[in-house]
Amino acid sequence: MEKHKIIELKGICKSYGGEKVLSDISLDIYDNEFVTMLGPSGCGKTTTLRIIAGFEHPDKGSVYFDGKDITALPPYQRHVNTVFQKYALFPHLNVYENIAFGLRVAKRPEEEIREQVKEMLRLVNLSSFEKRHVTTLSGGQQQRVAIARALINKPRVLLLDEPLGALDLKLRKDMQQELKNIRKQTGITFIYVTHDQEEALSLSDRVIVMNAGEIQQVGAPIDIYNEPVNAYVADFIGESNILDGVMLEDYKVRLAGHTFDCVDKGFEANEPVDVVIRPEDVDVVAPEKGMLTGLVTQVTFMGVHYEIIVEIDHFKWMIQTTDYVAPDSRIGIYIEPDAFHVMKKSEYSDLFGDYSSYSFEHELLSENVDEEALEE
Amino acid sequence: MKNRRTGNLAAAPHVVWSILFIIAPLLFVLYYTLTDPEGGFTLENISRLFTGNYVLIFLNSLCLALIATVICLALAYPLAYLIASMKQRRQKIVILLIMLPLWMNFLITTYSWMTLLEDTGVINTLLAKIGLDPVHMINTPGAVICGMVFCFFPYMVLPIYSVMAGIDPKLVEAAKDLGCSDAQVMTRVIMPLSLSGVISGITMVFVPSVSTFYISQKLGGGSFQLIGDTIESYFTGTAINFHFGAALSLVLMVLILLSMAVMNRFTDEETAMERRPML
Repeated sequence: MEKHKIIELKGICKSYGGEKVLSDISLDIYDNEFVTMLGPSGCGKTTTLRIIAGFEHPDKGSVYFDGKDITALPPYQRHVNTVFQKYALFPHLNVYENIAFGLRVAKRPEEEIREQVKEMLRLVNLSSFEKRHVTTLSGGQQQRVAIARALINKPRVLLLDEPLGALDLKLRKDMQQELKNIRKQTGITFIYVTHDQEEALSLSDRVIVMNAGEIQQVGAPIDIYNEPVNAYVADFIGESNILDGVMLEDYKVRLAGHTFDCVDKGFEANEPVDVVIRPEDVDVVAPEKGMLTGLVTQVTFMGVHYEIIVEIDHFKWMIQTTDYVAPDSRIGIYIEPDAFHVMKKSEYSDLFGDYSSYSFEHELLSENVDEEALEE
Repeated sequence: MKNRRTGNLAAAPHVVWSILFIIAPLLFVLYYTLTDPEGGFTLENISRLFTGNYVLIFLNSLCLALIATVICLALAYPLAYLIASMKQRRQKIVILLIMLPLWMNFLITTYSWMTLLEDTGVINTLLAKIGLDPVHMINTPGAVICGMVFCFFPYMVLPIYSVMAGIDPKLVEAAKDLGCSDAQVMTRVIMPLSLSGVISGITMVFVPSVSTFYISQKLGGGSFQLIGDTIESYFTGTAINFHFGAALSLVLMVLILLSMAVMNRFTDEETAMERRPML
């Protein structure tokens, strides 16, 4: 059966003060799916969401809802509701009245409002909080109120703009699970915006990877992880070793001075390519048994596994292994043919190198910067 | 502990100031109200308030101040909303323009209104030039209200504006998202959230309006008396009588406090209603 398209974006362009934010975004979103728009801050994901909600108008292109053009409709006439990044709860109303807001605006009878609010409070596990003032709630509780307030209008599509961004890690994990449950119970389409790739992979039916106002790749989380279309996606989703290679012929790729068997085909003979090898797909073996050998330069204990940096032929690989390896030792590596993922060269090819400048601290730092930028 | 002590020390100048210039004068007012020129205790000053036309003067003053306050609010609220929705830089310029009259001496402002409103003033000269009959404006209640509105208008705009500028624009978006038209955003979000600014605006306009004497003297021309004029006449005029003047002041103060209390109760009820779950 053909899936029902609920939202269609066609050729959306948007600029602010001459700066292009979205260039030619086209996208279909289907009934009853959990779609995530994933990308770094400034990639245009929030703007796309705001265009669907009706807060922004595209310079070019159209938005269709259920087959009808809604590009010119104001937000209050659209069957979508938004959960805002910082909740945006009404400070002059208590929990009950915040949730009831949409129904009061629609002038529903008191009886119905009471029933619906009670049901929503149950759905988000806040049943005893109805009389509380919203400013006395914790971040997680405020977020639940925001979700209930948006869901009470029974939207066909719920838009969530980095809803868990302000919560701490533990709470975020719990809320992710709860969001999944809520979606299952309500059957509403969720369009979720985040810069957290792990969140995107674990929550979504489909992920839309964006960068610089363009869609890079759309697909199921597992496909995006295993078959990234270019170096940008490979680098943004998970850890990856991205090497320059040459596709000698079908199923034969040459990199790091060796020729390997792989499962990719359809490239021209001797075509230069990018090759992605995920750190967890590399096996550490004795030097004499390895396809390649290298020097361990850094070992970090990560809990479940060790993350080691190995220098092979002047390229620093990241490898994840459960066995301890001593720093400064020589090791061999072994890679299965299906662990090579070969990609065509793209504009991003030269931007992502090896792990020579990598440090765990650096990663944390850049994440913080990202979040600060979002605060703006 | 140490913090509290330094805190007390830091507050000391303020405490001294309050005692010298706020508490002590109030006690003097009370003392004068309850004594006669010989220093003996009397209630005559208060009972005299109910003779003559003093009650009428009080009512008149309250009425004019109320009208001026309502006009200020009606003009200031939309203006404050407009300013708050402007770009940041333009906001600053417009606020500066609104505050500009405050930098000018209040007496000069009132005199300029006299020259505008007089029978042979600027407005009537202009009217005559375009062939219209002159309008008598000076020495009418209308002129006094006009002066009050002009002088106290910034005190209404500023508090409302500062509350409105602090309303998170996301709340407006959230309201629209939940089905509010622009008018509903106004009544359901902007108005309840700006109520505190309105209350302080009303206070800051009503109180000086009800007690003004200068505006009513110059623009009312003594054709009718307001409470401010009456009080002034007992302190500086020929019929000097500190004791009765103090009684008038005390009653005015009590009246103002009462109206503030009524208004605060009104807002408390408003918020209490919002916080109460609808059953």
